[in-house]
Amino acid sequence: MADWQPLRFMQAPGPKAGRMRFSVYRFDPEGDAGPGTQEYVLDDLTPDMMLLDALLRIKEQDETLGFRRSCGEGVCGSDAMNINGRNGLACITRLGELVEPVKLRPLPGIPVIRDLIVDMDNFYRQYREVEPWLQAREAQPEVERFQLPEERERLDGLYECILCGCCSAACPSYWWNPDRFLGPAALLQAARFIEDSRDEACDKRLDQLDDAYKLFRCHSIMNCVDVCPKGLNPTEAIERIRKRMLRNST
Amino acid sequence: MRPERRRFDALVIGAGGGGLRAALQLANAEATVAVVSKVFPTRSHTVAAQGGVNASLANVLPDNWHWHMFDTIKGSDYLGDQDAIEYMCRAAPKAVYELEHFGVPFSRLENGRIYQRAFGGQSQHFGGEQAARTCAAADRTGHAILHSLYQQNIRARTHFFDEHFALDLLRDESGRVLGALVFDIATGESVVIEAKVTLLATGGAAQVYRTNTNALINTGDGMAMALRAGVPLQDMEFVQFHPTGIAGKGMLITEGVRGEGGYLVNGEGERFMERYAPNARDLASRDVVSRAIVTEIREGRGCGPRRDHVLLKLDHLGEALINRRLPAIRETARTFVNADPVRDPIPVFPTAHYTMGGIPTNRHGQVVAPTADAPEEPVEGLYAVGECACVSVHGANRLGGNSLLDIVVFGRAAANHMIDYLAEHRYHRPLPEAAVEGPRARLDRWDEARGEASVPELRRELQRTMEEYAGVFREQESLDEGVARVRAIREQLELAAIGDHSRVFNTARVEALELVNLADVALAVVTSAAARRESRGAHSRVDHPDRDDARWLKHSLFSLAEGMDYKPVRIKPLTVDSFPPKERTY
Ligand SMILES: Cc1cc2nc3c(=O)[nH]c(=O)nc-3n(C[C@H](O)[C@H](O)[C@H](O)COP(=O)(O)OP(=O)(O)OC[C@H]3O[C@@H](n4cnc5c(N)ncnc54)[C@H](O)[C@@H]3O)c2cc1C
Ligand code: SF4
Ligand code: SF4
Ligand code: FES
Repeated sequence: MADWQPLRFMQAPGPKAGRMRFSVYRFDPEGDAGPGTQEYVLDDLTPDMMLLDALLRIKEQDETLGFRRSCGEGVCGSDAMNINGRNGLACITRLGELVEPVKLRPLPGIPVIRDLIVDMDNFYRQYREVEPWLQAREAQPEVERFQLPEERERLDGLYECILCGCCSAACPSYWWNPDRFLGPAALLQAARFIEDSRDEACDKRLDQLDDAYKLFRCHSIMNCVDVCPKGLNPTEAIERIRKRMLRNST
Repeated sequence: MRPERRRFDALVIGAGGGGLRAALQLANAEATVAVVSKVFPTRSHTVAAQGGVNASLANVLPDNWHWHMFDTIKGSDYLGDQDAIEYMCRAAPKAVYELEHFGVPFSRLENGRIYQRAFGGQSQHFGGEQAARTCAAADRTGHAILHSLYQQNIRARTHFFDEHFALDLLRDESGRVLGALVFDIATGESVVIEAKVTLLATGGAAQVYRTNTNALINTGDGMAMALRAGVPLQDMEFVQFHPTGIAGKGMLITEGVRGEGGYLVNGEGERFMERYAPNARDLASRDVVSRAIVTEIREGRGCGPRRDHVLLKLDHLGEALINRRLPAIRETARTFVNADPVRDPIPVFPTAHYTMGGIPTNRHGQVVAPTADAPEEPVEGLYAVGECACVSVHGANRLGGNSLLDIVVFGRAAANHMIDYLAEHRYHRPLPEAAVEGPRARLDRWDEARGEASVPELRRELQRTMEEYAGVFREQESLDEGVARVRAIREQLELAAIGDHSRVFNTARVEALELVNLADVALAVVTSAAARRESRGAHSRVDHPDRDDARWLKHSLFSLAEGMDYKPVRIKPLTVDSFPPKERTY
């Protein structure tokens, strides 16, 4: 077997390699210095690499840089951050799309734990507040509950949310009222259950949202829609809830 | 400072589909449950599963559990345990209906029932026509299942320890498991979680390979915890290479693409799978398709300027179908290869994907290890489910769609058995102070600077080594070399240091702890592979190309102290006749 060589995929020659500069927000809660920014320079980057690839390379040079990441393909929602002024996921942001120096900051309006890592507790609390689980009182059939394709289609654009927080952290109403306005992500979840033909708690859900703040602080500014990395539309979801409330109250 | 102590009836380590399904069952039975996860639960890797979950609902084509059982055994290349497989296939429809009741937004058929698609290795009538057994929520089935299970756990008031890293199991002198030492990543504080019963559900370990479809967190922590607790790992040589990872990058393109009618072509534009699997063609078992692709490329029939990949074509399916059934695949291809599958083919290459082996359990999820008297004695107080476990329903090769099934069926079964165990073990046992010392030292060790070796460099070296020496095709000399290299890396790791000693959200320390686990798992994989001198399922030896049932129809057991051991395959199902090993063609 001497001539047998293990085979391994060769990286195809990409577009021309290059150097890029990154300006990254740093905050060490245990250190004496306050927040600051740090410059990093990387060589041999290609435009089709993702920002997360660059961050992982920076982390190899500087292990103290903190950021969350997991799936690397835009499905787990870990690596939401503010990239050149706009919220997005590092793992699906192509370097070629970014102007230099690439400015990386934590999601705005949310307490920072360290570097690019924010404290999402309030965001998760609001998610739980809309009771995001299917509520059905009828006896469960021995098989699946039936749902027609057109009923199921009403969940498209609602169920795919990955709880990354990009939307809520881009919403001015959320920045000003983080404790009382539920924010686009939680409201999108509310809509996901309100629209589900299998859910029997629609009226209760609408009642709970009928509050000057929880829902009505949304002024349809659409920032949330602009930034959602999954192409979801929280504004429209909020609008759908409003319409149902109106219908219910007449 | 002594770590904080918390007490629960049950401790579940891992908040993927397996851990959450078990936790829900436990919480619904009024047990107090702690779920520990190193990431927020919905960021667990189950979220990435695309194609779907198998169950013989017969919503689209005729089907029954017995056909599903046959396909799974054949797919496993007869290494799967037939009692566990019968159990899983019989339980599948109920498990999927339960998921639907929990709220999973499955795609639907015109009559309102759950949509099912064809997947590889599925047949009607024990090897006849293609079956359609995979229940799907578009191509985001894992996301739909994971989120619904998390939501149900919020309802059930399960106690979550989010972003807590489990270091090690805690055992008393008799070997009984009494919980785990974990630490809060955000504060660096360690916590002793005492539990009457503990479940490992920490997922897979395909991060041992450089190019893989797995999340960066899939580092085999639970498997390594088991090894350190003296439990061997079973069948670790069987690593599934998924035929269609994006070439050079690794993102998965679900088998559902081929299930919906997509197919592979080589550099000559030929549908080469027709030569390797005349009946099932592109929907042959994954090991078969992966070997075919590598063979095509080796023989010079690859695509692209370097002829180093093949192409997956689906443009003929039409934009409407792609948008309805495969929307996330379209998104992934556009993002990562700048190709729109509505027009362009996707470059693919076999990519490390799934760990068939793991912590040995019986079909109740009890972790079993050999003793002087018996090959399979339960380890008191310890259970395992999901990709970190080896029941074994996947044997030498897992069928697509059977893993999401595995996690919900055995998550539920393990929890039910744990509930019985709790009824018989009403009180916490005293936890000896000394039990905490070893695990504590493993954490504190990273506060000292021991040497120069860097964690990121060693990780890269480990992944490259595994890819070169224990890939799709294997051979003795290179496997032996692989064993030596992995051992050397483990030694260097003893002397590694990290450049961050802060308490708060120290991700460098997490990565170091993960690499230690990864290196133990890698050693299990390459050592088991070097020992098995036959080809079976995903383990293809160029120097031993045939399956050898007379000598190798047995499970491997690797342990850190003793190296390799073996135990028999459970050939006898629960109620039906056994399926004896046959030649495996598709
Ligand atoms: C891209 C992709 C697509 C797939 N598609 C399909 C499919 O279509 N059908 C199918 O059947 N299967 C599919 N699979 C396989 C299947 O998704 C997985 O095998 C399954 O989801 C594993 O679930 P799990 O619960 O065992 O582990 P995971 O979901 O991986 O969860 C592991 C959990 O353990 C936690 N954890 C790990 N280590 C620690 C630690 N040290 N401390 C604390 N917590 C820890 C993690 O935080 C996480 O919560 C796919 C796999 C991949 C990678
Ligand atoms: S549309 Fe509403 S929720 Fe969205 S950003 Fe604007 S105010 Fe916020
Ligand atoms: S709606 Fe979009 S931006 Fe908001 S949390 Fe969900 S996926 Fe993220
Ligand atoms: S790492 Fe999962 S979304 Fe980016």
